[in-house]
Amino acid sequence: MTEKDEEKQSKNKNKNKNKNKSDDSGGGGGSMRVIVPLQGVVQGRGGLVLGSIIPCALFYFLRLYLKRNRPPPSSPPHLSDSPSQSPSPSPSSPSHLSDLPRSHSRTLLSPRPSPALVSSRANSIVKAPESPYYSSRKTVLHDPYHPLTNPRGVLDLGLAENKLSLDLIEEWVVENGRDSIVGGGGGGGGGGELSIKGIATYQPFDGMLSLKVALAEFMSEVMERSVSFSPSQMVLTAGASAAIEILSFCLADSGNAFLVPSPYYPGFDRDIKLRSGVEIIPVTCRSTDNFNLSISALDQAFNQAKKKGLKVRGVLISNPSNPVGSILSRDMLYSLLDFAQEKNIHIICDEIFAGSIHGDEEFVSMGEVLDSVDFDRDRVHIVYGLSKDLSLPGFRVGVIYSFNENVLAVAKKMTRFTSISVPTQHLLISMLSDTKFIQEYIKTNKVRLRKMYADFVAALNKLGIRCTKSSGGFYCWADMSGLIRSYNEKGELELFDKLLNVAKINVTPGSACHCIEFGWFRCCFTTLTEKDIPVVIERIQKVVETCKS
Amino acid sequence: MKFLSRKATCNSHGQDSSYFLGWEEYEKNAYDEKTNPSGIIQMGLAENQLSFDLLESWIANNPDAAGFKRNGQSIFRELALFQDYHGLPEFKNALVQFMSQIRGNKVTFDPSKLVLTAGATSASETLIFSLANPGEAFLLPTPYYPGFDRDLKWRTEVEIVPIHCSSSNNFIVTKSALEDAYQRAQKRNLKVKGVVITNPSNPLGTTSTREELDLLVDFVQDKNIHLISDEIYSGTVFNSSPNKFISVAQVLKDRKLENSEVYKRVHILYSLSKDLGLPGFRVGALYSNDYTVVSAATKMSSFGLISSQTQYLLSCMLSDQKFTSHYIVENQNRLKNRYDKIVSGLRNAGIGVLPSDAGLFCYVDMRHLLSSNTFEAEMELWKKILYQVKLNISPGAACHCTEPGWFRVCFANMSEDTLSLALQRIKDFVDSTKRGDETRGASRSGRHSSRSVMSLTKKWVLRLSSNGHEPER
Repeated sequence: MTEKDEEKQSKNKNKNKNKNKSDDSGGGGGSMRVIVPLQGVVQGRGGLVLGSIIPCALFYFLRLYLKRNRPPPSSPPHLSDSPSQSPSPSPSSPSHLSDLPRSHSRTLLSPRPSPALVSSRANSIVKAPESPYYSSRKTVLHDPYHPLTNPRGVLDLGLAENKLSLDLIEEWVVENGRDSIVGGGGGGGGGGELSIKGIATYQPFDGMLSLKVALAEFMSEVMERSVSFSPSQMVLTAGASAAIEILSFCLADSGNAFLVPSPYYPGFDRDIKLRSGVEIIPVTCRSTDNFNLSISALDQAFNQAKKKGLKVRGVLISNPSNPVGSILSRDMLYSLLDFAQEKNIHIICDEIFAGSIHGDEEFVSMGEVLDSVDFDRDRVHIVYGLSKDLSLPGFRVGVIYSFNENVLAVAKKMTRFTSISVPTQHLLISMLSDTKFIQEYIKTNKVRLRKMYADFVAALNKLGIRCTKSSGGFYCWADMSGLIRSYNEKGELELFDKLLNVAKINVTPGSACHCIEFGWFRCCFTTLTEKDIPVVIERIQKVVETCKS
Repeated sequence: MKFLSRKATCNSHGQDSSYFLGWEEYEKNAYDEKTNPSGIIQMGLAENQLSFDLLESWIANNPDAAGFKRNGQSIFRELALFQDYHGLPEFKNALVQFMSQIRGNKVTFDPSKLVLTAGATSASETLIFSLANPGEAFLLPTPYYPGFDRDLKWRTEVEIVPIHCSSSNNFIVTKSALEDAYQRAQKRNLKVKGVVITNPSNPLGTTSTREELDLLVDFVQDKNIHLISDEIYSGTVFNSSPNKFISVAQVLKDRKLENSEVYKRVHILYSLSKDLGLPGFRVGALYSNDYTVVSAATKMSSFGLISSQTQYLLSCMLSDQKFTSHYIVENQNRLKNRYDKIVSGLRNAGIGVLPSDAGLFCYVDMRHLLSSNTFEAEMELWKKILYQVKLNISPGAACHCTEPGWFRVCFANMSEDTLSLALQRIKDFVDSTKRGDETRGASRSGRHSSRSVMSLTKKWVLRLSSNGHEPER
């Protein structure tokens, strides 16, 4: 027994690294305190509890020690070894998963530190299966339709570009453009010396005052003068995506959430969540209501979020909406304001399509409603941009319009990361100040939108495809549920695939817009010309026929 | 303010410090040769205004570029609709060529590894978002560009741990300083993700030596972390000695590290704001050999794309290699002339300058003009120079310098006459100070602050380290 004890004693000494050798002589007492209970365990006596706790404790401390001093386990292998230059990540394949245990054990064997990690954000961006909204862009880019040179190419009804009135803008630029970009002379005719100093040097990062003035005027004009905007409440960004992101950073902390009526613009997933870490809680809208928003749905979503422990910081609405194209009524806007007040949250109104109304309904801006009602404006923010109404997505012009001084102050600082290029600002100041041109443009654009929308919807109707009534924007929200094989996401994506790869038409499936009902597709009609419509219809018809057979 | 996010209400954007005062004062009383000859001369803005005429004449002679035309044909539509976050291919090709030219064509860059952003500020932030999680840290040699506090830390929630460099060896990064910084980070339980250097340096204007770069590459290799080299001033190297600027890309090439692990962890930042003097255009880029980083950063660049109009204009300009070769050389000559002028002017006033080879500024030693070796004294001197001498310069404390008395003085954002005037004012100031000292003589009790340097350092590092001004680079 004594020998065993001594054995145990030495074992315990080895385990417990804090004991030093000199303890040997006097350590007898210390280790006896350990030994006795163990002895008790061995002899089946009292000390059972201690006898089991102490070795467990010692084992725990041993593990802790090893853990602290062990190099960190290697991360899931990142995709840097796939030299594909396309940005689309391949969906996570099983091989990645099986890689994990192997590398883990490799690390335990070799004490060398693992390769430096990229951020988890970067990993998730690269690994996330890409939404069809983005992945189809590649197909389109590789094989774009052209009536003469590539009549069998892909017709793009997926990206909201307004090509209907771009010729008007091009005309203006050809006549007036060059002098407005560079030159102290300004104006047409080539007068004045070229002076780059005015455009090359640092300007206010939140946009030049003259551009804000011009944009405020433009926004007002586009909304038919129902509301006026003040340049001092504007912050300009390089694109509306940046505007949404900045508001996400300002109004919510990472892990908080915004309520967003669904179906919604697929880009919001990136704009709101990617870097600011704010969650989106979709608020379901249904075809039975024409996908209109209801306060009860908002309320329900808010309460559900609360139950899940998610703090809702705001509601993000797009008006006219993308993808459906509906307009919020004045009453709904009032109700939204009440809702926001009641829940003490913000409202972000994305009014980027405000100038693209083609229906008969009157568009009411949130700005207009606020003018007429006594309301806490600090919680209302409007987003705008020139990518839609003025067909200039390439120039990157976004606007945050807020009534909240604090938000404006912070947003202004954030524009350091996303300012509009100064030559572009100069060009736009010139263009937007040409009131005659702008008025003509807005009017003509609306007429063309109206006609194209009517023609396209009529053509789809002939195929038996119904569209939700839409009053603004560039899309038809088409019901192709009759054509899908199985009433689920898989069925929808199968149809999407058929449309893209067989019919060679790129549309956006409703699931990419987080629509709760299946079979809805977003079709942009502004990339088309009159001649393209029959081509589109013919191609869809072929798919319709194969679906029916 | 509880209604807003933490990021909105915190102070880590670092743009609230009292340093703003200098800018405000300048704006209130800006020097103008004709209308306000006694106003404040701006020497705190690192802008390159020396070579605008070259750019202007190019644009005048190439009307297609600014006129949305390619070979006489209008490509306005194409540009108006172009919002691909991969960037305009012809621009990326032209840009990598330009970057190569600046490095004496000793290295080449692959356009598919380049991500375009609206300015270097956006590039830095995007790179950090791609490499680090909130709470992780980067090591930065001091003194460093005050904007990094905002660009690297604010929305990314990443920490900066300074690598202390001292004037005793011309602020060169040493192995022990690196290790010390690393240890300090560990003590704070911060996971170090990488080192960020600016080469050529801001505010020093010095170029990293080969030894420094080797040391840094070895260090990140050993610790398994990233190395970010901000080479935004690479085109402003005015020292004519051929090997003065060594890009980290060159080091990787010379050491044949293309197939090593560390290759993927070295990233370069660039911009046209300094070399071409076009900060208003908002053109920045990040370059990485790691496709995960490139892919993630490309998507993030959606939040700060460069206007297609600008991309096209610059693609035309930078593909004109005859123009770019001439520009690079001429720009450097003009910078050298200015540098020589300011150095000799300061020497004339008994003020020394840190020997440097690049940049739009010089790092000026005014320690002998301080009433005490403290940051409080530095602030006192700075205010005197602002209000009495009427010059706005940048105090070292704003750049987290550990030694008081150093100031960054810009020389490329004004006319030569204005520079002469500024130098004259400095000389007069120094002379009057000397005279003042002489008359006061021994009766000066020298009211030195009895507080320790450390506590003052803390105060000033806190107050001034979050630098004020916006365009300040």
